[in-house]
Amino acid sequence: MSVPNDTASAQAAPPSPAAPASAPSEPHGRRWNGIGWGFLVKLAIMGVVNAFGIMGIFAAAQAESWLICGAAVVLLLAADIVYFTKRALPLKYLLPGLGFLLVFQVFIFGYTAYIAFTNYGAGHVGSQEQAVQAALSQGERRVEGSPTFPLAIVEQNGTLGFAIVEDGQIKAGSAEAPLGVVGTAGAAGAPTEVPGWTLVPRNDIISDQALQQEVIALRVPISDDPNAGSLRTNDGSSASIYQSTLTWDAEAQTITDTASGTVYRASDTGNFVSDDGTMLPTGWTVHVGFDNFLRLFTDPAMIQPLALVTVWTFAWALLSVIVPFAMGLVFAIIFNDERIKGRKILRTLFILPYAFPAFMSALLFRGMFNAEFGVINEFFFGGVNIDWLGDPWLARLAVLFVNVWLTYPYYFLVCTGAIQALPADALEAASIDGAGRFRQLRSIILPLVLVATAPLLISSFAFSFNNFTIIYMFNDGGPAIPGAPYALGATDILISAIWDISGVNGGKADYGLASALSILVFIVVGLISALAFRQTKKLEEYQ
Amino acid sequence: MRKMAIGIAALAATGLLLAGCSSTPTTPTPSETEDAIDASGVTLTVWTDENRKPAIEAAAAAFEEETGGKIELVQKNFEDIRTDFTNQVPTGEGPDITIGAHDWLGSLVQAGVVSPVDLTETASNFAPVSLDAFTYDGQLYALPYSLETIALVQNTELVGDDAPATWDDAIKAATDAGAERPIVINTAGQTGDAYTMYGFQTSFGAPVFVSNADGYTSEVGMGGDAGTAFAEWLGANGEKGDGYISTTIDYDTNNELFASGKAAYTVQGPWAIEALTADGVEIKVNPIPSAGGETAAPFVGVQGFYVSSQSKNALVAQEFLTKYLATYDAQKALYEADPRIPAWNDLATEVSSDPVIAGFVASSQNGVPMPNIPEMGSVWDLWNAAQVQIIKGADPASTWDKMITDLQALIG
Repeated sequence: MSVPNDTASAQAAPPSPAAPASAPSEPHGRRWNGIGWGFLVKLAIMGVVNAFGIMGIFAAAQAESWLICGAAVVLLLAADIVYFTKRALPLKYLLPGLGFLLVFQVFIFGYTAYIAFTNYGAGHVGSQEQAVQAALSQGERRVEGSPTFPLAIVEQNGTLGFAIVEDGQIKAGSAEAPLGVVGTAGAAGAPTEVPGWTLVPRNDIISDQALQQEVIALRVPISDDPNAGSLRTNDGSSASIYQSTLTWDAEAQTITDTASGTVYRASDTGNFVSDDGTMLPTGWTVHVGFDNFLRLFTDPAMIQPLALVTVWTFAWALLSVIVPFAMGLVFAIIFNDERIKGRKILRTLFILPYAFPAFMSALLFRGMFNAEFGVINEFFFGGVNIDWLGDPWLARLAVLFVNVWLTYPYYFLVCTGAIQALPADALEAASIDGAGRFRQLRSIILPLVLVATAPLLISSFAFSFNNFTIIYMFNDGGPAIPGAPYALGATDILISAIWDISGVNGGKADYGLASALSILVFIVVGLISALAFRQTKKLEEYQ
Repeated sequence: MRKMAIGIAALAATGLLLAGCSSTPTTPTPSETEDAIDASGVTLTVWTDENRKPAIEAAAAAFEEETGGKIELVQKNFEDIRTDFTNQVPTGEGPDITIGAHDWLGSLVQAGVVSPVDLTETASNFAPVSLDAFTYDGQLYALPYSLETIALVQNTELVGDDAPATWDDAIKAATDAGAERPIVINTAGQTGDAYTMYGFQTSFGAPVFVSNADGYTSEVGMGGDAGTAFAEWLGANGEKGDGYISTTIDYDTNNELFASGKAAYTVQGPWAIEALTADGVEIKVNPIPSAGGETAAPFVGVQGFYVSSQSKNALVAQEFLTKYLATYDAQKALYEADPRIPAWNDLATEVSSDPVIAGFVASSQNGVPMPNIPEMGSVWDLWNAAQVQIIKGADPASTWDKMITDLQALIG
C-alpha cells in the first residue's frame, strides 16, 4: 500500500541533499529573504523589550541612578544590535542568559560588596544633603505659646511671602524682609487682599510640587530681631512661629547652634559631631573601607562567642549532610531488596517529611520539644521534664534531629536512584568472588554511589551552612550563651549570628556590617565547595 | 523585636472588642468644607496594612470627593513597613504618609525620613500619652490614632471580679480557688518576653531607661537595687522557685491554659481576648497588680500616621492628616476597622462602655509609653535572654548585673 509512496520519495530525494550540503557553512539568518511570521514575532517581542528598556532607562535617569541607567542603555543597545543584524549569531542564544547573569548575580553581588564598604544602616541611610535638611527641620522648635495664624501666601516681584492678620492689621513679609504692617483688615482670618503683594491661590501651590517645596522651606522672620523666630507653615493655610538655632555652612561643612555656640562638624564616619562628642541624630552614608570586615576581630567580647558559633556551624553543616546521607543510603539499600513486599508504597511513605514545608516542621517540633507540654517528653520519656530547648547540648541535638528528619528522605530518594543504576554484573562478580555484604558496600556500592551523589552532598553542605530558616524557626538560635553580646545562642549558626549582630530585625540595622559578614561566609563556603569538588574528581578516577 | 510579634498577634485578633460600641457621637466634627482645596492632579501615596485599609479608604473617599485629589493606598505587611520606609524614603521611592508604631520614631528620626507634624488646635482631642509617645526631642512627628497595652485578665468563675492589689494577693486568691495554675505569663518559650513582664518590673521602680521632662534618656534605668530586687523576685517565682513563671509557656500555650480554665490569671493584650474566651471562660480585665510595691506600669504602644520627609506633596499630605484623619468620623472608622483603644478622647470614653475595653483603658492609664529612642531596639535581645536565664534558675543578681553591663557597652 504505502510501498510505492516510499519508493517515490526515495527517488525524489537525491536532488535535495545537494542544497543542505552547502547550507551548514551559512547561518540561517543569511538565508532570510523576506518578512515571514518569524520576523513579525521577533519584531513584536523586541518591541516589548524596547518599550520596557526605554521605560527603565527613563526611570533610572529620573532617579539619577546613572550606573543602572548606563547598564540599561548598554543592554538595550546590545539586544537591538544582536537581534537586528546578521552578525554574532551565537550571541542570540547567549544574550538573554548573560543579561540575567548580569542582573541577578553580578549586580547583586557587586551591590552587596559595595554596601560592605559603607556604613549604610540605621542613622546612615541617605545623602549628606538629606542629613542637613533633617537636622535643620529637627532643630526647629515651635515657640512656646505661639498662636496659629490663618495664612495667605503672597508674591511680590517673583519673591514668595507670607501674609497674616494680627490685631486688625495685615502683615506681610518674605524670607529677606521681616514681617511688616501693610494695611488694615476688616476681619480676622487669612487676609483676602494684601496691598503691594499678589495673592497666590492655595490651589496653585498645591498643584505645583516645586512651589510646595518652596512654601515649606520658606521662613519669614517676624521682626528684625533674628532671635524672635520666624513664621513657617506645614499645610499652606496656617502658620506658627518657629525658632531655629541651627545654621548650615556648606563651605566649612559645619552646622552651628547659634544659641549655645556649639559647632557640629561633618565627620569621616558620616555624622555631625561637636568637639565634646555630642552627635546630631541623623547621619549619612560614607565609605568606611575595611572597617566592617575588621570590626569582628577588634571587639574582644565577640571573639569567644563567635568562635563557638563557628565551630558549631561546621559541626552542624557536616552532621546535617553525613547523618541524613548515611540513613538515606542504608534505607535505600534495604528497601531496594526485591524480597520486600510493597516496596513502592513504603518508599512513597518515606518521602513524606521531604514534602513538608521546613519552617512548618520547625515550628511544630518546637512545640513537641516543649519540656512541660511537649509530646516528646510525654510519650517517649514518661512525662519527665527534659529541657530540650533550654539546655545547649540538648537543643543542638534537637535541632539536628529535626533537620535529619527533614532531609534524610531526600538522600533516600537520591541513593535509591543511584543504587538502581549500579551495574548488576559487578555486584554479581563480587559475590561470586566471595565478597560479603559489607565488602560489597565498601568497595563497590559506596564509591559508585558517591560519584553520583558527591555534587549533591557538597551543595547540601553549602545549604546547611546557611540554613537560616530552621535555626530561626525552631529556637531562634537559643538558648542564649550566658553573657554573649548580641544575645547569641548555642544553636546559632554563622548566618543567624549575622542576623543578630547586624540588628536587621530591630531598629539598629547595620547593613554594611551584615554585608561584610555575608561576604566572609560566602568566601568560606566557596572555598570549601571548591576544595570538595576537586576531591570528587579523585572519586571519578576510582572507576 | 518582641514588639513586632505582638503587633502581628494584635493584627490577627479582632472581634469581641467591637461588641459594645453603638452610641451616637457626642461631638460632631466642624465642617471643613469652606476652605476645601482643589488638589486635582495630586496623588498621595499612603502605606497601610490590611486591617486598617478599609478605614483609611473612608477618609480617602471624603478627601477625593472634596478636593479632587487622589489617594493611592498601598497595602503592606505591618512588620515590613518600618524597614521599607527607612530604606525607600531617601531614594525618593517612599510614600507620602505611612502608618506606624511610635517606638519606631527614634530610628526614623535618626534616618531623617520623617517630618514634624503640626496638629495645632486638634491636638487637644488626643490623649496626652499618645502625643507624648510621638514626640521626639520636643517635636511631634505623627498623628496618633490608637493605644494598646496589656492588663491582668482574670477568670471570674475562679477568682471573682475583684482586682488583686498585689502579686501575692493574686496568687493567694488563685490558690484558694484551687486553680491548677495560679497565673500564666507568656515568656515566648525560651526567647523571653520582657514586654509582658515590664509591668511587674516597673512595680519595683526599675524603668528600662531613665526619663526626664523631655522624655526618655539613653541612660539604662533598670540597674541598681531596684533592678536586683526585680531579678530576685523573678528568680523566686521562676522554675527553681515557686514555679509560677516558666519558660515552657509561649503565646499559644498561655492562651490555651487560660481558655481551658486551668489558670486563674494571665497578663495579655486586647489582641488575645478572642483566644482567651474561646472556650467560654468569663473574664474581667483589671490593671496589673504590683509585685514590688509601686504601681505596675506596663508599656503603652501608640499607632499613628507619619509624613515622609521627602514627600513631594507635603502640604497636601499635612492637609489630609489634619483635616481628614484627625476627625471624629475618621478615628471612629479606624477603631471599627481595627479595634484598639482610641487615642481620640471622646471615642475612648464612648467605647469604654464595654467592660473589657474599660479594663484595658484603666491599665493604659497606669502605663508608660514605650521608649521611642533608637537605643530601645538594642535592648530587647539581652533583656529577654537575661530574664529567661533567671527564670530557669540562674543567679538573679549576677545575671541581671551582667545584662546591664552588656547593655551599657552595646548602647555606648
